[in-house]
Amino acid sequence: MSLMEKCCEKCTHSSNSPCADYIPCRTKGPLCHFNEQCESKIQRVIDQTIYGDEELRINVGMSTCGLASGAQAVYDALRAELSKRVLKTKLVKTGCIGSCYAEVMVEVIKRGFPPALYSNVTSGTVGDMLDRYLGGDASGAFALRYRTSKMRGEDGVPLLDDLDFFKHQQRDAIKNCGIIDPESLEECIIHGGYAALTRALRDMTPEEVIQEVSNSGLRGRGGAGFPTGLKWKICRDVSGDPKYVICNADEGDPGAFMNRLTVEGDPHRVLEGFIIAGYAIGAKDGYIFVRAEKPLMAERLDTAVKQAQRFGLLGKNILGSDFSFDVKLMLSAGAFICGEETALIASIEGRRAMPRPRPPFPATQGLWNKPTTINNVETLAHIPTIVNIGAQEYSKMGAEKSKGTKVYCLAGKVLRTGAVEVPLGTTIGRLVFDIGGGVPASRRFKAIQIGGPSGGCLSEAHLNLPLDYESLRESGAIMGSGGIVILDEDTCIVDLARYFLTFTTAESCGECTPCRIGLQRMLDILTSITEGKGEPEDISKLQQIAEAVADSSLCGLGQTAPNPVLTTLRYFKGEYETHIREKKCPAHVCKPLVRRYQVTPDLCVGCGSCVEECPAKAISLTLAGAAREDVKAKKAVIDDRICARCGRCFTVCPTRAIEEVW
Amino acid sequence: MPKADEDERNRQIVDRAYKRHQRSNPIRGALIPILQDVQSEVGYLPETALKRVSDLLKLPPSHVYGVATFYHQFRLRPKGRHMITVCRGTACHVSGSVDVYSSITRLLRIPPREDTSQDGLFTVNQVRCLGACGLAPIVKVDDSVYGKVTLPRIRQILLKHTKQTREPNQ
Repeated sequence: MSLMEKCCEKCTHSSNSPCADYIPCRTKGPLCHFNEQCESKIQRVIDQTIYGDEELRINVGMSTCGLASGAQAVYDALRAELSKRVLKTKLVKTGCIGSCYAEVMVEVIKRGFPPALYSNVTSGTVGDMLDRYLGGDASGAFALRYRTSKMRGEDGVPLLDDLDFFKHQQRDAIKNCGIIDPESLEECIIHGGYAALTRALRDMTPEEVIQEVSNSGLRGRGGAGFPTGLKWKICRDVSGDPKYVICNADEGDPGAFMNRLTVEGDPHRVLEGFIIAGYAIGAKDGYIFVRAEKPLMAERLDTAVKQAQRFGLLGKNILGSDFSFDVKLMLSAGAFICGEETALIASIEGRRAMPRPRPPFPATQGLWNKPTTINNVETLAHIPTIVNIGAQEYSKMGAEKSKGTKVYCLAGKVLRTGAVEVPLGTTIGRLVFDIGGGVPASRRFKAIQIGGPSGGCLSEAHLNLPLDYESLRESGAIMGSGGIVILDEDTCIVDLARYFLTFTTAESCGECTPCRIGLQRMLDILTSITEGKGEPEDISKLQQIAEAVADSSLCGLGQTAPNPVLTTLRYFKGEYETHIREKKCPAHVCKPLVRRYQVTPDLCVGCGSCVEECPAKAISLTLAGAAREDVKAKKAVIDDRICARCGRCFTVCPTRAIEEVW
Repeated sequence: MPKADEDERNRQIVDRAYKRHQRSNPIRGALIPILQDVQSEVGYLPETALKRVSDLLKLPPSHVYGVATFYHQFRLRPKGRHMITVCRGTACHVSGSVDVYSSITRLLRIPPREDTSQDGLFTVNQVRCLGACGLAPIVKVDDSVYGKVTLPRIRQILLKHTKQTREPNQ
């Protein structure tokens, strides 16, 4: 028997006559009749869903980041190892718990033993890992979920919640990621899935759901921070039929992957929030708009939608209510501007994704000119919690005007990369240093970049800045989707501003002049500065164009695209001046500023990496006066007449023997 | 394959894709899904296919061409046997993805302004962000994802895939 099936003939639930208590009945049932046998049967099935027959379960983190670190090989090795030992184990491909820095992550859980997480697992170490754990020895594990004092070495292994990366976190949207099997509706329900949907449909009117979401203070997690409850209310109150809801899963901000992580690890949570959104505004159809570049995300959503349809969580008269709702998946063909609501709608309508002036807002005239609500994945992932615990409890988390928790992605030059969920209002310093562990040893922290190409760069002076919508806007950056890239002294600020402008110039749809021409002009100036052709008046010119573009562009893309330039001019003006006046790049990034490269013979070990890497074949290994048979004495020499100044040799040299001469 | 046969095959592919999406209402909403289906079968969007789509959906060819050139996913030229995707997200950028990209095009001897190697084995493509920023820089070859790519490792990765093509049973 599967958990989704009926316990005995007394159960009346079917997709034709759905029962309102179907979901709670799965885990606490049976609810409509009393029968000890049915009750124990259900508990047995729950047990079996989690542990399989052998009371041993192994989770392998296999979302995109895990796969990039070799999780597939680990999974295959584990399966071979288990069949060799004739162990019928529940081997599960889970999502990611967020600690990208420790991939590949494997969690081994044997009933009666503490669940142990292992980090940096490779196919070569799985045998040893199993030997130890099954032999009652916990030492060597990365962390334990809890202690049982039944294993040797338990005290030497930290608890997961005590690790620096996890102890400051407060997980809500991503709390099941890496724990449950994302392709199993049963596991989702065992972990509390669809309880909120049951409650909303059975006990609440759509207006009450909207009121609850309004009271919770939830604001859109897609970037702009518009109050979600208000958005729903406008769409509900407007007349028009049919109404549509759209889930924006077209995550395109470079540096942000929280939507991918949430969907790959717990797709049903997002779907549940989405169905509740449909109920609240009175929609019959919903579209999930998901990026084709992230195929696993689309696959997981597709599976989740099909499961929900099969068990009556989507379709006609959901859970016995008079609410009918269905969901269609749309693959986004890839355009950054789809973050703008009217552009996203144009894309679903089969047009080029070009925004139009607002008002009318999509809430009144959206998809096919009908009232439409668009919500981001992360916003929807918070909805089940709000319905479950109530607005009052939810609004206790977070800051004054920004309630709840937010998932941030830490990437770049930081020790512990990954996704973390903390209350809004947490300071930048806590995220970067306490959770992320700061920049790797021997390098110095320089700046953080938050909010993707529409965001800004903040300096060391902002480490005490609380991350909430208002404080960030005051600083000149924006929350965006919450991607944080940490930069060290090897990152050139001017080059970074140029990188973002290259991005936004290419992504500008070309509709309005300030964005189409203004961004291109800014990019030209930045390029000339990084090539050593900068003039002193360039800085004021940049400032002027940036302000004009921000003021006069049609949509959010153009209005925020100057942010990387404006914030770097505000906080890192000195670096622009060094590029322009001294023609130097302190971070050694802008290669055209380098006059020539030379080898320091004392540091060169003659490894030949630079010779292999040089595209112009300008480097050779010579004996330079040493004895002929002494091969080790060979040193690299750069022929300056051929050198193209690409700087590859500088990058690959393991002993930093190659020097830039300005 | 002779040009006429190829056109006929492409027409059939478009017709099949149209059939899958013809229940979309209004039908013009099916344009992007149809183009996606055609591209996943043919590998790119040939001119004859675009014309056929425009006929079936009763949309002007300029509209179909406009959409096909607007989105990153669509390509109008054939691609190589293997697709190399270099992530150009922020985290990858500050970890040196520019060098990674130029290293790959140099090793595969891809001429400037083109994206496919002359033996037709590899097409190199840059994308905005693959969303595995914790492991930057990222390179994808077909469905295999490689994290923390260094310049020396690129050579190994390319060799591995070249070898797999030549000795498919390995």
